[in-house]
Amino acid sequence: MKKFDKERVLLAVAGPVIALVAAIVLTSVVLIASGKNPIEPYTLMLQQASFSDVQVLIINQASMYYLAALAVAVGFRMNLFNIGVDGQYRLAAMTTAVVGANVALPSFLQIPMLLIVAMLTGAFWAGAAGVLKVTRGVSEVVSTIMLNAIATSLIGYLTLADVWGVQLGNNMTTGTMSASGWVPGINLGTEVGEIYGLVFLAVAMGVLYWVVLNRTRFGFDLRATGESESAAAASGVDAKKMVLTAMLISGAVAGLSGLPLLLGDAHTYSLSFPTGLGFTGITIALLGRNNPVGIAFAALLIAFLDKASPALDYATPVAYEKEIATIMQGLIVFAVVISYEAVRQWGLRRQQKRVGAELAAAAAQINSEKKKEVAAR
Amino acid sequence: MELAGITKRFPGVVANHDIHLTVRKGTVHALVGENGAGKSTLMKILYGMQKPDEGTIAIHGEQVAFGSPADAIVRGIGMVHQHFMLADNLTVLENVVLGSEKLHGIGAAARKKIKEISDRYGLGVRPDLLVEDLGVADRQRVEILKVLFRGATTLILDEPTAVLVPQEVDALFDNLRELKAEGLSVIFISHKLGEVLSVADDITVIRRGTTVGTAVPAETTPRQLAEMMVGSELPTPETAESTVTDRPVLEVRGLTVHASGGASLGAESEPAAGGLTEFAGAGDVKRVLDDVSFTIHAGEVMGIAGVEGNGQTELIDALIGLKKADSGTITFLGEDVSSWPTRKRREQGVGYIPEDRHRHGLLLEAPLWENRILGHVTERPNAKGFWLDPKGAQADTRRIVEEYDVRTPGIDVTAASLSGGNQQKLIVGREMSHNPKFLIAAHPTRGVDVGAQAQIWDQIRAARREGLAVLLISADLDELIGLSDTLRVIYNGRLVADADPATITPEELGSAMTGAASGHLEHVETTEEAGPEGEAR
Repeated sequence: MKKFDKERVLLAVAGPVIALVAAIVLTSVVLIASGKNPIEPYTLMLQQASFSDVQVLIINQASMYYLAALAVAVGFRMNLFNIGVDGQYRLAAMTTAVVGANVALPSFLQIPMLLIVAMLTGAFWAGAAGVLKVTRGVSEVVSTIMLNAIATSLIGYLTLADVWGVQLGNNMTTGTMSASGWVPGINLGTEVGEIYGLVFLAVAMGVLYWVVLNRTRFGFDLRATGESESAAAASGVDAKKMVLTAMLISGAVAGLSGLPLLLGDAHTYSLSFPTGLGFTGITIALLGRNNPVGIAFAALLIAFLDKASPALDYATPVAYEKEIATIMQGLIVFAVVISYEAVRQWGLRRQQKRVGAELAAAAAQINSEKKKEVAAR
Repeated sequence: MELAGITKRFPGVVANHDIHLTVRKGTVHALVGENGAGKSTLMKILYGMQKPDEGTIAIHGEQVAFGSPADAIVRGIGMVHQHFMLADNLTVLENVVLGSEKLHGIGAAARKKIKEISDRYGLGVRPDLLVEDLGVADRQRVEILKVLFRGATTLILDEPTAVLVPQEVDALFDNLRELKAEGLSVIFISHKLGEVLSVADDITVIRRGTTVGTAVPAETTPRQLAEMMVGSELPTPETAESTVTDRPVLEVRGLTVHASGGASLGAESEPAAGGLTEFAGAGDVKRVLDDVSFTIHAGEVMGIAGVEGNGQTELIDALIGLKKADSGTITFLGEDVSSWPTRKRREQGVGYIPEDRHRHGLLLEAPLWENRILGHVTERPNAKGFWLDPKGAQADTRRIVEEYDVRTPGIDVTAASLSGGNQQKLIVGREMSHNPKFLIAAHPTRGVDVGAQAQIWDQIRAARREGLAVLLISADLDELIGLSDTLRVIYNGRLVADADPATITPEELGSAMTGAASGHLEHVETTEEAGPEGEAR
């Protein structure tokens, strides 16, 4: 039994490690091809990571990536591809900012209320895709991509000055939120910066994700649907209800992913609010194999690439383009998809072989047969 | 043709090991073995679809190596697959010439050639019919003709009788004798021993991937052959004394399901050798289940016989709740469950052994203990209220593995790594562990080795003694007759006939499966004697 556990760890680690090594090697190839030093950018970036202010940036960024990736992972676990996390979190952040600017409850009510507003908005936007899929059979891939575009236009409209927008210098914002809705962070001094308070929410969501999926009946149904829709249906899972529920949960988690920044630092939704979290979240969910711990490492890695790379532009004596990090992220996606599938198949074959061998050995013992083979199934 | 020392390895298993086979010209050579013994792999090697790792193939004394089926065809080897490879919307002529247009063109010459082959071997193929209008047996003859058209002198037939009813089997065997008389060789793969003994000139038995012996049909009984196949004593599916009570468990009244999206019935039934039976006017919507009524009592096994695709799948789906009935009621233990969702039905004691275990019974890439939860996620020991109970499920999986003799090194391996028989034993163990009151057993021993088959039969019998009601759907007529207390025949979505398993023979049942007989089937010389229609349903 122990052997299989070791086996599983090996398989779980082999995929990401192979993918990362491949991505680094390929990035170096790109560097060599463009006549640059293929090693130095990494050392420069690693050096960056040793600075505590960069570390804080990485952790803050990773918390947002983590939530976005969890949202994607919920969908992945039942074969739903929610590409719409991007639109869901942006719309949710904007709505939350507007509500936060116009409602002023005491903190202990205001903050939970804002979290709920964000989750409901995200769930609503994802739910639209869910309803379309359940009632009309529209692929969620198509509908969520379209909903992303609609969200962009909708946000553009709602932040117009004559709707909810507030002009602030050159920037169009939604007005500053009531201070009771600000989530205090951990201040490590002005030199270093502040860790968002909602980083802990991200951690809690990771735990919740694991518990729900692995320790509840609902989670089992969800995973069963993802592994085999027909088997899940025969076991009594209502596939349509499951699709809708999963989309709603995915959207709700997506709705949270902009909040660490919004409630911790920005306090308003503006043109400079980050975009693309949802897409990065897909990369991270893939890299982390939909596993809460794996996603955490993946989120930290991608956040590291994000936050350590700008320094490349100012490196002396030789500057590098910070887009190296982008190239690497892209290569990671490729490598991940290929290496995971390869490792999965290799693992299945390996296990089949091992089970066959162990059974044959047992049979040989019992029957004292000379042959140590099992017939083909 | 001669094969010597053929060995083929796949990852983890040796499919064929040191196979020796000699086929004489002008004979029917049967290759028998259990499911999974390695017959199909051997045939794929012969037909050039796979290359052997070791061993040689010689034809007329000349050693050959096949890189692809095309090479095999050049050498005069043709294969008729178990699943036909015909284009439904083309005519017989078009199907035959497809891919070998160079041989005789696509026009009059080809037609003449087809006629000639058909007449010579008594195949009775009409070149201008659309394939979609043909029944199973006719399609098979087209497949055989296709192979002959390409100049085959050795035909490989992979389980040709699996889709046929007994009367059609006899017709096929007549065709095979014609082929043999013309000097062709036939390799006939089967695990139905009676058939093998009646048609073959030589028999080679395969067990666990290797040839364990040859037999001469005239000097061998089915039982001896079976024991060679299995390598041990042979089980029979006979039930002991009746345990049927008068307490109804499941009552189905007027159950009707319409075809969704105009999908066809799948394999259509072949009119029996005698006459052409037209499908009764289907009306506007095709009814895949038409006014089906029956009652199953506690302790009763009701068997349903029928050629596949006559509504069995729809019946199972309607009973388990995967398909909504368009009309009719299903009453389970006195309660109308027609509107219950699948989960509620299963919680209330409907067990389900699905016909396709990979699609409906297992999560192949999940560990065994998670598969033990599947279908019973709301019940103990798998869950405590809202929460899963992995420890409980794992402990119970160990018990099932022990009690039901599931051969596995542990409960953390994936279901995919078990053999078919062991997967099935796990499913049976899981379903029986929840004390079902009604069990849907669809092909419970399909693709299962003989040892596991006996165990599964024993378990069904044991549960039946304790008052379980069972709906048994099977393509294995011996299994149906042996296990059932009552028998019904499904044809074209209707229960057309019933029979007493104590007296009925597979041939008589087969006749009803083609729609040729209906009503109550009596074991008499002529089975055409139709009883009152009402009694049949």
